[in-house]
Amino acid sequence: MENLKLSVSSTPHIREKNSIQDVMLDVIIALMPVAFAAVLLFGQRAFAVMLVSVISCVGFEWLYTALTHQKRTIGDFSAVVTGLLFAFCLPANVPYYIVVIGAFVAIIVAKQFFGGIGQNFMNPALVGRVFVLASFPVALTNFPWDKINLFPKTAEVLTGATPLSKEWVDAAPSLKTQFLGVFEGGAPLPGCIGETCALAILIGLAYLLIRKVISIRIPLSFVGSVFVMTLLFGNNAVVSVQNPLAAVLSGGILLGAVFMATDYVTTPTTVWGQVIFGIGCGVITCIIRFWGGYPEGVSFAILLMNILTPLIEKWTAPKPFGYVKERGGK
Amino acid sequence: MLKHLSFKGGVHPNDNKKQTSGKKIEILEVPKILTYPVQQHLGAPCTPCVQVGDYVKMGQKIADSDAFVSAPIHASVSGTVIDIKPCPVWNGTMVESIIIENDFTDTLDDSIKPIDYMSIDPDEIPGIVRDAGVVGMGGATFPTHIKLNPPDKSKIDTIIINAAECEPYITSDHRVMLETPEEVIEGLQIILKRFGITNGHIAIEDNKPDAIALMKEKCAGTGISVDTLKKKYPQGSEKHLIYAVTKRKVAGGKLPADVGVIVVNVDTCTAIARKFKYGTPLMRRIVTVVGTPFEKEVNYNVRIGTGIDYIIEKNGGFREEPGKVIIGGPMMGVAQFRLNIPVIKGTSALLAFTPEEAKIPPEENCIRCGKCVKNCPMNLMPLHLQQYANADNMEACEKYNVTSCIECGCCSYGCPSKRQLVQSIRIAKRKVMGIQRERAQKGRQG
Repeated sequence: MENLKLSVSSTPHIREKNSIQDVMLDVIIALMPVAFAAVLLFGQRAFAVMLVSVISCVGFEWLYTALTHQKRTIGDFSAVVTGLLFAFCLPANVPYYIVVIGAFVAIIVAKQFFGGIGQNFMNPALVGRVFVLASFPVALTNFPWDKINLFPKTAEVLTGATPLSKEWVDAAPSLKTQFLGVFEGGAPLPGCIGETCALAILIGLAYLLIRKVISIRIPLSFVGSVFVMTLLFGNNAVVSVQNPLAAVLSGGILLGAVFMATDYVTTPTTVWGQVIFGIGCGVITCIIRFWGGYPEGVSFAILLMNILTPLIEKWTAPKPFGYVKERGGK
Repeated sequence: MLKHLSFKGGVHPNDNKKQTSGKKIEILEVPKILTYPVQQHLGAPCTPCVQVGDYVKMGQKIADSDAFVSAPIHASVSGTVIDIKPCPVWNGTMVESIIIENDFTDTLDDSIKPIDYMSIDPDEIPGIVRDAGVVGMGGATFPTHIKLNPPDKSKIDTIIINAAECEPYITSDHRVMLETPEEVIEGLQIILKRFGITNGHIAIEDNKPDAIALMKEKCAGTGISVDTLKKKYPQGSEKHLIYAVTKRKVAGGKLPADVGVIVVNVDTCTAIARKFKYGTPLMRRIVTVVGTPFEKEVNYNVRIGTGIDYIIEKNGGFREEPGKVIIGGPMMGVAQFRLNIPVIKGTSALLAFTPEEAKIPPEENCIRCGKCVKNCPMNLMPLHLQQYANADNMEACEKYNVTSCIECGCCSYGCPSKRQLVQSIRIAKRKVMGIQRERAQKGRQG
């Protein structure tokens, strides 16, 4: 018994069986319904955009870690999540080079420059999206009105703006169309790849909630505050918005609230911090939508709140168990 | 069905109790040589009151101290003191120890006489408990007589027997409840008598339904309440147990007595009961021997002073080479690098892991998933505390209440990035406590 090799370490001696990889795989599974819906609605081109985005993101991360002699981190699958999310906020007819440029900004600039996974202070996919939106505004706001196949018989595809812009006000789509992302005739509701089918996003949300990957706090407070803001100020907006339910289902609110605003790294970890974060996202989104220059404000709202995250977390740090207010004072 | 009592936070590790919970406690053969470190409790070490060459009887006091926080130590066999020298103990240090050679006659000391607790002055009870060398048997080994002598004893209105046994693998308290329920109840009644109250609770986690049923049956008509707790780690933490049972919160730096509660471990109760019933001091302890490398997984009734290596040898040795041997449970137990150490009053379990089970996973970047914040039963933010600890920013550690940490390890346990959270925080906590002590001292001088 003298020659035993016993390892000694500080407690605890057991760990839960989980890993970053497991968390990311859960998110990827939750993103699958949205991806399937996208291919059904927008055709093969949507799949190609997702593929290019994922491959670019993973490729850039591998390349960066290899060139800088850091630990290769692509095995944690976080770049796959970023790739999918970035693709979800692009139109299906976006040129491929824009996808690659956006992926570069997302992975290299927003994530790796700050230290890789866990160290970025803004959501990489949204930084990528905002970068390409500012750089290629026309390509990013020109949405297909029909399915696009990879090898089409006719080259021309009908395109136009989303229902959020002024042209659409009089011909607003029905709630059912907004919920499923498709018109009666089978044409897709114009929009980014991942944002038009509310049903698919809600299935993903249900999966994330059941697996306890996220809590309902951020999605609910985000969507709830958009609902309330629309009720209160929808009539005063530059382009008046009447139905709060339609407002919630339009644009990227659900996609943002479920998948982007719940990103672990860039959102608060405290209970009340998450509620404040969600409300902040909803309010800023509505301010941009109602009175701003852009028809859509979700990406900017989430990025602005990302920047506030450390402060929010400081303000909402919980009091230790058994805490009693100090006597005296007021 | 009523909701089982609990608290916020905590984790749900596999409790791994079925290996030993169904097996009767076996009495381990007493060894030839027994070792008694003079420090078997939290507080000041004792001084030996025997000399090399002395003949000692079973139950005779062999070491004691004048210090306030301390408890005497008794011989658990009769025989000759063959040496007094520093010996290795469970926490890796060397402690002055009395070594006795067993004469295998178990000649009882003359002082051992039953005491009828109903006929004595309740104020004598703490002194008798001290004479028996009773300390917290859950592992903290805080001298019990001090708990029974709070500054204001009229404030105490509730006694809780801590039978949560939330640490995975350990079943010694569970078996004690199943095999000697009367002693547990008698111990509780003695403590209730000391305070002249009737509000006694026995709080048991719901993964021990047989113990709950038996205690309920035995407590019928006594007025003692048997409470069912939710199975959750760290349910046995004193503050969280008090909250689960009474909904009272013990503030940081305060004691359970400040909210009118005294918490005592199950086996501590039986030790008190035995002192009154038979007159015997604390001489034995139940040790759970468990883990895949062991030939046999069982609970042993062991004389205090028995070597760990002797127990393993008598248990048939190792089936497979262990990678880690732990004294206590997997969440808060202490990993050992040598096995020639004795069982002391707080040695609740001997747990072994295979090299595969003992592997420490590599640390990844924090992804701020917030699981540690959710798991922390003290409402701390381990992810930030670790960063401040690693940056040696003790000011921030203090501001974010590092001293409230109970080192339960829930943060590290649940972390998907396998970060050494509590490990770093523990060090920062010691440093901050040192800084606070210095500051208090300066304040007194200035």
